[in-house]
Amino acid sequence: MKNLLFKSARALAVVAGLAVAGPALAAGDGPHVEKQPWSFAGPFGQFDKAQLQRGFQVYQEVCSACHGLSYVAFRNLAEEGGPGFSVDEVKALAAEYSIEDGPDSEGEMFERDGKPFDKFPSPFPNEQAARASNNGAYPPDLSLMAKARAALRGFPWFVLDVATQYQENGPDYLYGLLTGYHEAPEGVEVPEGQYYNPGFISGSTLAMAPPLSDELVEYSDGSPMTVDQYARDVSAFLMWTAEPHLESRKRIGFGVMAFLILFASLLYFTKRKIWRDVDH
Amino acid sequence: MAGHSTYEPQNAGAKWLERRLPVLSLVHGSFVAFPTPKNLNYWWTFGGIAFFVLVVQLITGIVLVMHYTPNDALAFASVEHIMRDVNYGWLMRYLHSNGASMFFFAVYIHIFRGMYYGSYKEPRELAWILGVLLFFLMVLTAFMGYVLPWGQMSLWGATVITNLFSAVPVVGEAITTWLWGGFAVGNPTLNRFFSLHYLLPFVILGVVMLHIWAFHVAGNNNPVGVDPKSEKDTVPFHPYYTLKDLFAIVVFMILFSWFVFYLPNYLGHADNYIPANPMVTPAHIVPEWFLLPFYAILRAITFDVGPIPSKLGGVIAMGGAIAILFVLPWLDTSKVRSANYRPVYRFFFWLFFFTTIMLGWLGSKPAEQPYIAWIQFFTVLYFAHFLIVLPVLGLIETPRKVPDSINDAVLGKSSDAA
Repeated sequence: MKNLLFKSARALAVVAGLAVAGPALAAGDGPHVEKQPWSFAGPFGQFDKAQLQRGFQVYQEVCSACHGLSYVAFRNLAEEGGPGFSVDEVKALAAEYSIEDGPDSEGEMFERDGKPFDKFPSPFPNEQAARASNNGAYPPDLSLMAKARAALRGFPWFVLDVATQYQENGPDYLYGLLTGYHEAPEGVEVPEGQYYNPGFISGSTLAMAPPLSDELVEYSDGSPMTVDQYARDVSAFLMWTAEPHLESRKRIGFGVMAFLILFASLLYFTKRKIWRDVDH
Repeated sequence: MAGHSTYEPQNAGAKWLERRLPVLSLVHGSFVAFPTPKNLNYWWTFGGIAFFVLVVQLITGIVLVMHYTPNDALAFASVEHIMRDVNYGWLMRYLHSNGASMFFFAVYIHIFRGMYYGSYKEPRELAWILGVLLFFLMVLTAFMGYVLPWGQMSLWGATVITNLFSAVPVVGEAITTWLWGGFAVGNPTLNRFFSLHYLLPFVILGVVMLHIWAFHVAGNNNPVGVDPKSEKDTVPFHPYYTLKDLFAIVVFMILFSWFVFYLPNYLGHADNYIPANPMVTPAHIVPEWFLLPFYAILRAITFDVGPIPSKLGGVIAMGGAIAILFVLPWLDTSKVRSANYRPVYRFFFWLFFFTTIMLGWLGSKPAEQPYIAWIQFFTVLYFAHFLIVLPVLGLIETPRKVPDSINDAVLGKSSDAA
């Protein structure tokens, strides 16, 4: 028993070694990010469909004025593990958009109504046009934003994160950023065209004006129409756009884990039986 | 390798094959009847685990290539296509990206096991050297693989590392341009990295065969470090170690799955989900975790040494950190293999282990004080272990009495728990 304890302690030390050397996230400094409760966190986490629909509404009515969603197709909104819109809803939604297609048989480009297979059209034709309309700043595409930003996790948190399966630092960061706009404290110079936000990852001011305000988006399901709720919903929505197969990943993961643990136990007893007559 | 075989082909087909190409008796002699020390502990399963992960990497990699496009304008989008639209593409990609980490994790344990039990000593030097060569090939392959998604860290990691060659006097700039296939990391670089990333794993597979062949000549080392002397010391590889290795592999798959299904991006860097942009440099450019100790050593040399500028000095130190492993069998002067009988070496072994962990952690830190000072401190410890501790310790340390045979050690275990 003592031997077993010693062995497991050593094994733990090795795993800790992996984790200590682990994430490259530890580099540099950045904003302090509060952990938020998310329905999709943890081994059984699933998206809250109503929240994804609200989040999509926030994206569509607010963010999409400047930010693209170029890896997401309309059809994705009706797919398994997403916001759960119906196929007809998606067809109607896509038809609201105008998509450039072509060239036709005359060699001309033409505009047509969007179809479910189309990707979300970007608000600007190119980066230069986007910068020209945004005071020189380039509003990044949001498809992958929830995985492209990570709140920094110092020691010992990044070790513990392996055990707690903390993988929501992206949406936590987005929520912190969207709710992080404040009056700049005394002595902090905010340049023209910039806004103070200590939640921003590279500096304390950014070019994006506070995008959300209370009552800005009209929710039909009775959810609070506050900056806090909008920020939560759109962050969850962006987690889905970044990781559309999150639900099936976790569901398959559970089956895989259950099988492996059972299989490992059977192998352990088989191995014991085979080795029973050997001193080792 | 086939010398241990007692294989008698039973059916007509096997007999026909055996007369013409005795591959069945080769396999039988190497992986069925092969006499294996009966006292191997679970640290010995990591060779098999590493091989398992190599196979996973080959299979998932071949599948990923069916959908990936190695072009600087298309690579990032093709990875997203795999993640979103290819059936189970996300699974293939997460298995492959986390598989790289798992491969290094298993191989690092495998290497430390070899160091602890002196598996590199006579007559297994060549198996060790082939192992270090494998590790070096893995580093190259992993580095080039990380470039393929063509995210920000791909581009800038490749830029930092390829730029190291410019530290070479006189021809440095020319070498760097030649490596890039242009005047910066770009499409030609991505294409050649893709080509080599596909090639090298098969080279690794070949060297793995040589590695196994080399240690099968003398047989496995074991925790006692005394070669088997009679049949009482060994068991046939099958079913004893096939079962034990399989059990260990399945347990390892649980750890692997934990990352793939629940923490798939934990070991990666968020910046690699931003498409590569030559106009924007990330705030901190860091390699993947398994290269961090070497990255730290690269940054340890902040001063010029005589005619050697600091940049070249860093490159030499980093290269030296791997190169020194090749000559380890001749740096260790002790005749006793297992650290179980070398109490002083055991202390230094764990100090060395701690050193590499600290170098890994420091490698992820920005290049500023006090981290640089700590990196320099641990870099000195790293090299001192090989250049001072190992040569001197073998001469002055008094080892504990080594058992006469594996069987003696096993039977004496109850009274003398190590």
